[in-house]
Amino acid sequence: MTVNEVVRILNARVLVEGDMEAEIKTACGSDMMSDVLAFVKDQALLLTGLCNPQVIRTAEMMDMRCVVFVRGKGVDEAILRLAQDRDIIVLQTDYRMFTACGLLFEGGLRGECEQA
Amino acid sequence: MLTLRYEVPGDDFTRAGEASSDVKRKLKQLGYNPEAIRKVAIAMYEGEINMVIHAGGGEAIVDIDPRQVHVVLRDHGPGIPDVEKAMQEGWSTAPDNVRNLGFGAGMGLPNIKKYTDEFRIDTAVGEGTTLTMTVFA
Repeated sequence: MTVNEVVRILNARVLVEGDMEAEIKTACGSDMMSDVLAFVKDQALLLTGLCNPQVIRTAEMMDMRCVVFVRGKGVDEAILRLAQDRDIIVLQTDYRMFTACGLLFEGGLRGECEQA
Repeated sequence: MLTLRYEVPGDDFTRAGEASSDVKRKLKQLGYNPEAIRKVAIAMYEGEINMVIHAGGGEAIVDIDPRQVHVVLRDHGPGIPDVEKAMQEGWSTAPDNVRNLGFGAGMGLPNIKKYTDEFRIDTAVGEGTTLTMTVFA
């Protein structure tokens, strides 16, 4: 699905724009950045409830295109500036993690994580 | 051969990862193979985070040549009393406030080992730790 479709499915607000027609095939949801760094491979989208600049850094190291902050959490300017600078799309949804992941899975996104 | 040097500030968690980010961009500019770039970026980033969490910062020296990227992360922190334990997945001495930041799950050193072709830890309690890692192109 495209980033625009993610926006629609999650009824998300776009906080940092980018290539909204970019294709997203796999995603990962976690609040532990070390787990993201350990187990993720080629996921383009990260869903998280964690709000600090290291979320964007983690996405950057993993070549991810898009970060979704769940539960409508407040995202500060420093995070948005970093994302803009690193060309990472930032979305915000009011859904909680489980529901947000479920909705995207239902829409066709998969995890493709290595089994821990 | 290109050598890059960075100071990793120990007092500002929000800035942790700046050196790794810069190395990643330089490797991209040099046209390095993307898989090697990602391995270097992740391993160095975990190391940088460790330096900030445990050691009050330190320095990073990165040597890049067409065959490999060699990274040395040196700190003057407390050292690691039991390296074998520290290498176990899930073993962590990080305080709760670090866990709240998304790290400290005991995956840092195992992740570095996983993403590097060569990895060495030299550590002495009370003196500091040096991580030496190599990723082949």
